[in-house]
Amino acid sequence: MKKEIRRMLDGNGAATEALKLARVQVISAYPITPQSPIAEKLSELVVSHKLEARYIRVESEHTALSCAIGAQLTGVRAATATSSVGLALMHEILGVASGCRVPIVMPVVNRALVSPWSLWCDHQDAMAERDSGWLQFYTENVQEVMDFILIAYNIAEHTEILTPAMVCLDGFFLSHSTQPVMTPDQETVDAFLPPYRSKNLFLDPKDPMFINNLTSPDEFSEMRFQQKVAFERALDIIPEVQNHFAGIFGRQYGLLEAHECEDAEVVLVTMGSMAGTAKYTANMMRKAGHKVGVIKISVFRPFPVAQLAGLLKGKKVVGVIDRSAGLGAQGGPLWLEVKAALPDNDTRVFDYVAGLGGRDITEKTIETIFTGLLQKVNKKDANPDAPGVCWIDTHPDAMSVREVIVND
Amino acid sequence: MYDIKNTAKGLVAHGVSTCAGCGLELIIRHILDVLGENTVIVIPPGCAALFSGYGKETALRIPGFQGNLENTAAIAAGIRAGFEVQGRHDITVLAFAGDGATVDIGIQALSGMFERGERVLYVCYDNEAYMNTGIQGSGSTPFMAATTTTPGGKPSRRKNMLEIAAAHGIPYAASASAAYIDDLKKKVEKAKNTDGPSYLHIHTPCPTGWGFDPALSVSLARAAVQTGAWVLYEIEKGKLKLNSKTTKLKPVSDYLKPQGRFKHLSDKDIQDIQQEIDEYIQVLASRSENQAVI
Repeated sequence: MKKEIRRMLDGNGAATEALKLARVQVISAYPITPQSPIAEKLSELVVSHKLEARYIRVESEHTALSCAIGAQLTGVRAATATSSVGLALMHEILGVASGCRVPIVMPVVNRALVSPWSLWCDHQDAMAERDSGWLQFYTENVQEVMDFILIAYNIAEHTEILTPAMVCLDGFFLSHSTQPVMTPDQETVDAFLPPYRSKNLFLDPKDPMFINNLTSPDEFSEMRFQQKVAFERALDIIPEVQNHFAGIFGRQYGLLEAHECEDAEVVLVTMGSMAGTAKYTANMMRKAGHKVGVIKISVFRPFPVAQLAGLLKGKKVVGVIDRSAGLGAQGGPLWLEVKAALPDNDTRVFDYVAGLGGRDITEKTIETIFTGLLQKVNKKDANPDAPGVCWIDTHPDAMSVREVIVND
Repeated sequence: MYDIKNTAKGLVAHGVSTCAGCGLELIIRHILDVLGENTVIVIPPGCAALFSGYGKETALRIPGFQGNLENTAAIAAGIRAGFEVQGRHDITVLAFAGDGATVDIGIQALSGMFERGERVLYVCYDNEAYMNTGIQGSGSTPFMAATTTTPGGKPSRRKNMLEIAAAHGIPYAASASAAYIDDLKKKVEKAKNTDGPSYLHIHTPCPTGWGFDPALSVSLARAAVQTGAWVLYEIEKGKLKLNSKTTKLKPVSDYLKPQGRFKHLSDKDIQDIQQEIDEYIQVLASRSENQAVI
């Protein structure tokens, strides 16, 4: 019988609690805003024996992930967490974890990348790692942070997946936002998440193997192919695990979530904490008679192509909010995925870049987007098929901000 | 895959693809002889990766992981922690990296591991340049040595990595040489039994990179010690103990002359190097608590 307690936790607190409930045994963490409370709280749990684990106070994120990989290969769950440039510093090692099929689950507190310096939320840090071979989950609220981490362990460690997972939470909007969270008890989590056992690759003098040596062109593609197959299988296994989780904990999640999409004339695709604002705004607009809907992408890697295409079938106008710039591309990374998922040329997909470097994505921003999309449906838009990405919340005088004057 | 007709005597296969006369090959066999099979090794890309193997083959009979060039100490620390929390304190975790992976790109992770006091045995096999990528200069390349990125001779001094390691206050740090295997084995045994980080910096001649006859590897390594170009010593709990002589040394030209990488040196250059050696030897001798034995 599940016993849950309702607690007030912020996103970092929920992430920490989830790692504790997953009984991680080795933690290697390096502080970075806005992830630092995770690094701090885990060390407190270890020193007070509330969590029986070894805490390695590493000197960089690069070492944090290297340590975690080494530890997990001996047969324990190893944990770390990071953000922004910390994730960028891990870049080289992310591929080692995924290529060696080490199923580490890592909270990533989303924060903009340099330059310019920003401490605040956008998705460019995680988007820059979208092809690193990690599963990527994006959370809307603090409850999802807790639940997605527990679910991610079960998926990442699945024999047919064996792939590490990032659970992304928006910096400050979630990491430092205190919300009520149903916190499961240890016994129920233990039943959902059995003790870790190394599969395939491990380090043990009793059964020696050499891991990660030089691989010839004869085998490299095949080993990548195995990872590709794992991502494909994940599209089936993630819903299975989410259903299993719902059976125990009563909270149902999916690869994505549709809100008021069935009869919607326009649908806006969102990801992360902005989804809550988008759903709220859609409700308000529906009260005013506008048929608008929202899709929240919970799993970005693997991308739920078929599910999304099914939901958007027949829609004439779809909007996407990208919380990263996608410089030089035809659109932001989320737009590219949505566009590619909709081969039907009758669906026009518009990209809106918003919420960079900590800028709030407000109801007003969402309303502006919906209004614009509705105008495109009604062909009232002056230029309904204008190509390109719309930077919806950028100040009109953008080009004069810190303008550089060249002196002759 | 080859059929293995005869098993190797030690933990390293008898046929490996190192260059003829490789100092690294000699020491890895002896180090693993001392450490035994209850050992896990971490090797970065580099010459030692020839022992990680290729495809389905490995040259080692112990478990191992090939990390990245700069995170050998970090991965080793993680492995150590993983074993510790499972109560497997008896396993030796050996980090085995070259000079580039140690004194240059890997120095941050190594320094962190030392500072935290992780029980890892870290071996730096020092062939004094990036040999596996084609003899490029490293922070451990000696003054005036020619490499493919210091074709006119390296204009700066090498890092003194052993002193850098010792400055962390780790319990055991020592230099060793491919020419003094008994001394090396004693040090490996001592490092194995050290309760904390231990560091061995081992001089391993590279005929390919240094430009000398592969048959002379051991005698050249010995010449380095006999001339004071390489000094054998240990720093144990902060106390320095010399293992090689600091008096009646042979002229450094005995060590420099057979090597192609030093062939551009003038008599004046050799004199300058000799003077530096003489001065450094005095420093070491004055810090030493004993008289050298070798």
